[in-house]
Amino acid sequence: MSPPVIDIQGITKAFGDREVLKGIDLAIAEHQAVALIGASGSGKSTLLRCIDLLVDIDDGDILLDGEVITDPSVSPVAVRRKLGFVFQAYNLFPHLNVLDNVTLGLRKGTGMSAAEAEESALKMLARFGLEGREKESSSNLSGGQQQRVAIARAFAARPRAMLLDEVTSALDPELVGEVLRAVRDLKDEGVTMLIATHEMSFAREVADTVGFLHEGRLVEVGPPEQVLEDPQDPNTQRFLRRLLEARRV
Amino acid sequence: MEATGPRPDRRAERAAAKRRRDRRGLAVAAVSTVVVIGGLIALIVTSPGWPDVRDTFFNATVFKESFPDVAEGFWLDIRIFIVVELVVLVLGLVVALVRATTLPALFPLRLLAVLYADIFRGIPVVLLVYLVGFGIPALDPPQGLLTNEIFLGGTALTLSYGAYVSEVYRAGLRSVHPGQREAALAVGLTEQQTMRHVVVPQAIRNVGPPLLNDFISLQKDVALISIIGVSAEAFRIAQIQSSTDFNYTPLLCAALLYLAVTVPLARMLDRWDRGRVR
Ligand SMILES: Nc1ncnc2c1ncn2[C@@H]1O[C@H](COP(=O)(O)OP(=O)(O)OP(=O)(O)O)[C@@H](O)[C@H]1O
Ligand SMILES: [Mg+2]
Repeated sequence: MSPPVIDIQGITKAFGDREVLKGIDLAIAEHQAVALIGASGSGKSTLLRCIDLLVDIDDGDILLDGEVITDPSVSPVAVRRKLGFVFQAYNLFPHLNVLDNVTLGLRKGTGMSAAEAEESALKMLARFGLEGREKESSSNLSGGQQQRVAIARAFAARPRAMLLDEVTSALDPELVGEVLRAVRDLKDEGVTMLIATHEMSFAREVADTVGFLHEGRLVEVGPPEQVLEDPQDPNTQRFLRRLLEARRV
Repeated sequence: MEATGPRPDRRAERAAAKRRRDRRGLAVAAVSTVVVIGGLIALIVTSPGWPDVRDTFFNATVFKESFPDVAEGFWLDIRIFIVVELVVLVLGLVVALVRATTLPALFPLRLLAVLYADIFRGIPVVLLVYLVGFGIPALDPPQGLLTNEIFLGGTALTLSYGAYVSEVYRAGLRSVHPGQREAALAVGLTEQQTMRHVVVPQAIRNVGPPLLNDFISLQKDVALISIIGVSAEAFRIAQIQSSTDFNYTPLLCAALLYLAVTVPLARMLDRWDRGRVR
């Protein structure tokens, strides 16, 4: 059997003396989508950034396709080219138009020619419903459109896995749907994904596995119907109950 | 019940009222400008010394005579300004980028960059022009660039403004949101590519107005090189001409030429700033 695409083994991370990740184990098999839920500050973003080597871990290992990527001898650039990252705040490049946002990584990162990069970027933009917007400045787009550009940008180089960090939480409610549709589209294609999210119904729908992160520990991992509907850990129970109450108010 | 919508003629009524208000505003502005400026002029031309001042500062004949020479000197100023400005833009950026590095191996370079910026920002430009302009020739270097006053004066200006501008760039680099750097790394760029294609372009865009502001100061400070004997420079020419026939009109002539460049730059700067706020 082939190894998991992403294999997180006992990683820890502290900022100063604040321990944010306290020993995380998690494996994501090919074509699987794992949803990461947990309260604000529980360490979801930090975990995703550790995988993309945007943050150095203190202890443990992360493997990508069976190879350790958290070794100082591994080039972080090569690893990041195999992963796609989508940020909560989109982080589009404001000095570049929509098309160049997508082609920059392709041209500099994959050695594609400008023409190839453009062709491939245009296809990617069309796929996420952004046909005809390629020459526009990204600031002209709505939040939902910007986030779809960001997804196209992250996915353009066909990464081995996509890391999505609360990609809808900066959006107005009426724009959430179009972005979730884009993620669902990736899932339908069998893209391996790790998704930090606050959208429980979405997690239930697309995730094969849900992990609940509590104060730097993955206290519960399992299929969505189990973790979200019949949680065993008291912290998960409390988190979901609060969420439900908040919705009712 | 019938809906009570706005009366159809309300729109026209409001537009007419707005037009009346605008017209009145314009009229008030025009009248008050005429009164204030006219009053100032009246105050000046009725003062007892005015006839003398008019002859020594605003003498049309002298103006016509001196203008070609002063203008030619000014053309030299402009050329020096352009060359110095281009070098300053590059030097400032290099210094700022060196200071932004974190590699331990580059520590000596970083130290040099910090020393450079601190020292040359701390010395008044005039003093630096003197130090370079008289200090280097005093070392008796072979004839050539190192004894050329224009080169030495330009070097002094470059060193001084390079230090100021490096600080402007540094502020610009800091102003780029850290998320931009992360996004660039995440799409697979190297650290250098991230700087070059994502951080630096945005940093420069963010500091356009303060850079232009330094342009304006530099343009004026070019006149300082006259103090080390660059006799072809506009201010110097005006000064010489004024002292030969005790008439200061050539100086006014030089001032007008400076204004002809700095005022449009200042307007441009304002427009740019306003455009960015939008
Ligand atoms: N670069 C950093 N320096 C210091 N502390 C940090 C840093 N990044 C994150 N933290 C801290 O680590 C903790 C976990 O942050 P993280 O962003 O991973 O949480 P999160 O689960 O993504 O929360 P949210 O739902 O609000 O996004 C927080 O207390 C945060 O303040
Ligand atoms: Mg987060």
